[in-house]
Amino acid sequence: MLMNESYTKLYGALRIITKYRLVKERGTLLMMMLGLGSVGLVLLSLAVQSGHGAQDSAVWSREETTERNYYTRYHNMSEITAWMEQMKRENPDVVSSMVYGQTYERRNITLLKIGLSSTGRKKAIWMDCGIHAREWIAPAFCQYFVKEILRTYKTDTKVNEMMKNLDFYITPVLNVDGYIYSWHNESTRLWRKSRSPGTGGCTCYGTDLNRNFYANWGMVGVSTDCCSQTYCGTKALSESEAWAVTDMLGKMREDILAFITIHSYGQQLLVPYGHPNISAPNHDELMEVGLGAAKAIKSVHRMDYTVGTSPDILYPFSGSSQDFGRLIGIPLSFTFELRDKGKHGFELPEDQIQPTCEEAYAGAHHIITYAHNKVFYSYAATFTATLWTTLLAAWVSSAILL
Amino acid sequence: MYNKFSDLTVWSMDWTLLILLVVPTLVHGNSTVTVRTGSGPPVGSDQHPNSVPLSEDIQTTTEVREVVVEEVMTTGVLNPSHYPARRAATVVQHYLNTRYGSPYRWIFLSKVHSGSAEDVAEMRKYQLELTMQETISNVSGQCSAELLFPGGEGQSAPQVQASCEGLLQSNTTAQEEAFYQQHRASNNMVSGTDIPDSYGLMEPSMKPFWHLGGVASSFIMLRESNESTLYNMAQVANFTQLETEKDQLRFNYHVLLHEMISQEIIHWKLLVTWSPEQGVQVLQSELQPKCHDCEAPPNTTN
Repeated sequence: MLMNESYTKLYGALRIITKYRLVKERGTLLMMMLGLGSVGLVLLSLAVQSGHGAQDSAVWSREETTERNYYTRYHNMSEITAWMEQMKRENPDVVSSMVYGQTYERRNITLLKIGLSSTGRKKAIWMDCGIHAREWIAPAFCQYFVKEILRTYKTDTKVNEMMKNLDFYITPVLNVDGYIYSWHNESTRLWRKSRSPGTGGCTCYGTDLNRNFYANWGMVGVSTDCCSQTYCGTKALSESEAWAVTDMLGKMREDILAFITIHSYGQQLLVPYGHPNISAPNHDELMEVGLGAAKAIKSVHRMDYTVGTSPDILYPFSGSSQDFGRLIGIPLSFTFELRDKGKHGFELPEDQIQPTCEEAYAGAHHIITYAHNKVFYSYAATFTATLWTTLLAAWVSSAILL
Repeated sequence: MYNKFSDLTVWSMDWTLLILLVVPTLVHGNSTVTVRTGSGPPVGSDQHPNSVPLSEDIQTTTEVREVVVEEVMTTGVLNPSHYPARRAATVVQHYLNTRYGSPYRWIFLSKVHSGSAEDVAEMRKYQLELTMQETISNVSGQCSAELLFPGGEGQSAPQVQASCEGLLQSNTTAQEEAFYQQHRASNNMVSGTDIPDSYGLMEPSMKPFWHLGGVASSFIMLRESNESTLYNMAQVANFTQLETEKDQLRFNYHVLLHEMISQEIIHWKLLVTWSPEQGVQVLQSELQPKCHDCEAPPNTTN
């Protein structure tokens, strides 16, 4: 760690100075002070630079490989499953997978764990896509995100550093049953919920997974009619998909720095909570980071994404995965609503997949960088380095005066 | 004496320096440790479903009452990025399409600049400054609009007045006329399904029919809108051309509307007419029953 090195160096210098003091060679002492002061300044500026160097330079060059065609199309579940295997095969050092639950129809819920291996316990970023079946652009984005970090981690110093310090836990399709159902034919394309059957005489299928989490469950913005699109289930975590996420987050809660869940449509970044009377304790920080992400998004293709709590900019609702993430202590919890604003809605044309993914990547990158730097380049470290240099400068002056 | 004094000063400075540097180092060390208090996610059904899980984050009352939170309607100056302005602005969008839409003119909300809302008798009155965009030519225009949402029990439609500058600049006359002449004769009735398809794609020849479906849907979306709805057309499920009558092209449309707040997909069948002179009209509309998905699911193994 950069900060630890500088401490060691400066403290070592302190001991040398103490020795020199006995010799009282003031001229040499003065030069040593000045030298150390400038070393301190250099180290400080390096620390600040690399800490804040993660600017959102959204220069996304289009790669001229056959891969490009793959990531500009929608893919069904078996294609995505095969793709996950391919990512593991091609990147065995950094990609592994985990089955962390089962859907109602007994299918695996799988995530990719991506990061450079380390001996210690690592901090984590959580991303899930496809909690609502019809939002096809979301799994497409998860695939794109994985592809991008794998493509750039060897050459991009910032991505490399994040891969060293963090593990990315990415679920390309959370609502596997619903997603498969939405691929069945044109009449099922707009399915939203899970595929569990109704109970108590209600013959409709499915629970809205994003109303089923243990976060003010059932309070607002839900329906108790099992035929409704916002049916919250018979009880919180009645759905095995929601339970799988809850279980994983519960095990990892100490380590997760940011929770990002991907949806469409609407071009919005939502911050917790969905309940209108409850504010997140770090609401200002969430808004600041969200607005920064929206700015990064806009710099890519000039698309406007509105930022705010759901009760402010969309509608109040409870039982969401985002709310649950914030409630168990994940500081940065965001819902992305991707393109568009209603012209195509859920059926976003394939020629918009690439630009949508590019801008969403910039937004996610902003949030992840912030979360990373907050831990690995904390401001206390910067403050301490500033103090070092100031005191050295003071010492120089006093050495001259005495 | 002098030497001892300077020695003492330098010695004390050494210690001050050490102390001042050690303390922030300890602080720095602690800030990377995340302190998490509170219970983990509860398991099983013995927890009351409406209790808020104990956590350092909940600063308000720990006991949340089981009351559905009623939406309090905002009055006064509206935040342009908040939903009340956006919902009202979308109603203006639907209105503009009923007035000016065609197979070659389809208008969408671009941006809300400012707005205000007030209670007037039993009704809710909105004033908005908006940018709208015609989506085929990409021409934008500034609009001022006033809406009245009726209060009380009646299900009547909102009343809208709007004036726009620059929005209708694009010259669609030639295209509309060509389209009209092409389809007016009865020898080749056109039809289509799933516009756009699952991948968001459509045949180029279907595009004007997609626009026409969107404009026709606007009549229904305008009529059905209130302060708790936000409508978009999700898809033209199918359309069929009928015999031209009284110089109007005629179509049966089956459209899927997406209502954002309930997240429902609502099916409507519409009898639509159009000509360059008369514009789009919806002669009949019929809400379709919802539950084609209430049957037993087909075999969905992939």
